[in-house]
Amino acid sequence: MHPILAHRGRLLPYLAACAPLIAILTALFARPGALFLGEAIALAVPLTLAYAFMGLSAWYPCRQFPLNRSRLLPLVLTHAAAAGLLSATWVGFAALLAGALGLLPVFTGLQARFGTQAIALFASGVLLYLLAAALNYVLLALEAASEAERREAELAILAREAELAVLKAQIRPHFLFNSLNSIASLAATDPPRAEQMCVRLGEFLRRSLALGEKKSISVGEEIELSRAYLAVEALRYGSRLEVEEDLDERGQRCLVPPLLLQPLVENAVRHGIATRVEGGTLRVGVACGAGRLRILIENPLDPEGPARPGGGRGLANVRQRLAARYGEDALFAAKRLADRYLVVISVPAELPA
Amino acid sequence: MTGPTGDVAPLKVLIVDDEEPARAILRRHLEALPGVRVAGECGDGFEAVRAATALSPDVVFLDIEMPKLDGFEVLELLDRSIAPVFVTAYDEHAVRAFEVAAVDYVLKPFAAERIALAVDRARARRAAGTSVSPEGLKAAVRPAATPLARIVVRDGSRVHVIPADRLDAAEAQDDYVALKTEGRTYLKQQTLTSLAAALDPARFVRVHRSHLLRLDALARLEPLGAGSHVAVLADGSRVPVSREGYARLREKLG
Repeated sequence: MHPILAHRGRLLPYLAACAPLIAILTALFARPGALFLGEAIALAVPLTLAYAFMGLSAWYPCRQFPLNRSRLLPLVLTHAAAAGLLSATWVGFAALLAGALGLLPVFTGLQARFGTQAIALFASGVLLYLLAAALNYVLLALEAASEAERREAELAILAREAELAVLKAQIRPHFLFNSLNSIASLAATDPPRAEQMCVRLGEFLRRSLALGEKKSISVGEEIELSRAYLAVEALRYGSRLEVEEDLDERGQRCLVPPLLLQPLVENAVRHGIATRVEGGTLRVGVACGAGRLRILIENPLDPEGPARPGGGRGLANVRQRLAARYGEDALFAAKRLADRYLVVISVPAELPA
Repeated sequence: MTGPTGDVAPLKVLIVDDEEPARAILRRHLEALPGVRVAGECGDGFEAVRAATALSPDVVFLDIEMPKLDGFEVLELLDRSIAPVFVTAYDEHAVRAFEVAAVDYVLKPFAAERIALAVDRARARRAAGTSVSPEGLKAAVRPAATPLARIVVRDGSRVHVIPADRLDAAEAQDDYVALKTEGRTYLKQQTLTSLAAALDPARFVRVHRSHLLRLDALARLEPLGAGSHVAVLADGSRVPVSREGYARLREKLG
């Protein structure tokens, strides 16, 4: 449906804007040697109103042939045909109207006098069509602009939602409840370790909450957060959890979206190390070279262990945020090998100014 | 089991959890209760099944996410007379736990009184002589709408895990199903109908009242007269196919 007809508030201003056309058309008809002024007005008012609605049909060829994406010849031919058709219809309507008015005693002879005006009216119709087409192109451009704006706002909301989801998932209730249970256990048997665990858990929570506000953090800060998390998990899993780090100094200074590593490290523990009776070693590697930052996370797993729900969500979120930030320039690969899981990330290295 | 007034046989308890601190606090709370004896502790699903077979406890306190077998799989392999109490931080499992008619469901972290209450419930259950319902168990051992990914079988105190994509065929034998995988056969106390309902319908077909097979394992079909056929599997074994089973098979094979 045409945007002017679709919104009630737009129709009246549109018709009001057509009012000057009545004056122009009247002046055309009332030229010396043409029609009398009364006749000119009686024809101009209904004809202008009729054209106001007929001109809206230019919307369809305009939408079909966008100015910036159409070949010239089909565009011109289509509009020329539409202008000719519309104007001919209009002149036909005017002739009928003149005939009908001519039956009234005041307008006797109008039909004959109108005959001399038909060509001028047809020419006006073609000009008015061009005006209508221009108006419709403006409306289309406005619509496209507001659509683009809406889509951009939607994308921004989606990106923000992905960030919030990762923040919410960050402090997983399971992790908290299990840690509290361990603290309760150690409180009686090993108070110094219970105290240590409270401190580490506090540190992890404080760091997690502080990250929520930032758009970028250094890989080094991200590693610190993972260490706080792993320190808590080490008390739960004891000797089952070992960690090996291979970090280069430049890589640690690179900036990344916050909580990029943390969900991957959590997955490595929950879906990897924790599925093995004997546990295993989690490897975290960070390297920077040739303008790229590379991160690697590797963990062993029990290929025959029961599947635990929820691993895909963390990976999907990291993938989504990488795409939002780096687009095509981010590489993310997660691969399950026979007895271990490997995640590799490569993004443009972004060093602080 | 109940002797003269006040003299009750101690309740034998097995603790199953893969985290050492979690086992320790549970043991402490349980040992503080009168008439409770902790018979053992286990850190993974296999060990839990072995220990339960060897020790025949009255109650098992079971974690859910563990190495080897998860808590629901362990429960499936335990003797029905053992009363299960789930102990976990994962409260989304609660509904399933009640479907399997677990005695109780305790969330971590827990208070000593909460463990005492679970023990009281287990005692009441033992006095009433009720046990885990096999129907409830079947409904609960996997989340609804997810095809079974692996089948756990107990052979004495040994546990076998058969990935569903390596199960070639299954045959009903009285109260058991014979599971055929990679040239070996395992017996499991289950009906063929409940197994067929749990497996992925896109990959397994019930070809006979007492046989089902995995489509990928099928090598060829040989006619046997009177509308019946015999399916020859990749390993050469033969599975009877009824007239109805043949129709179902044709439909799946397109």
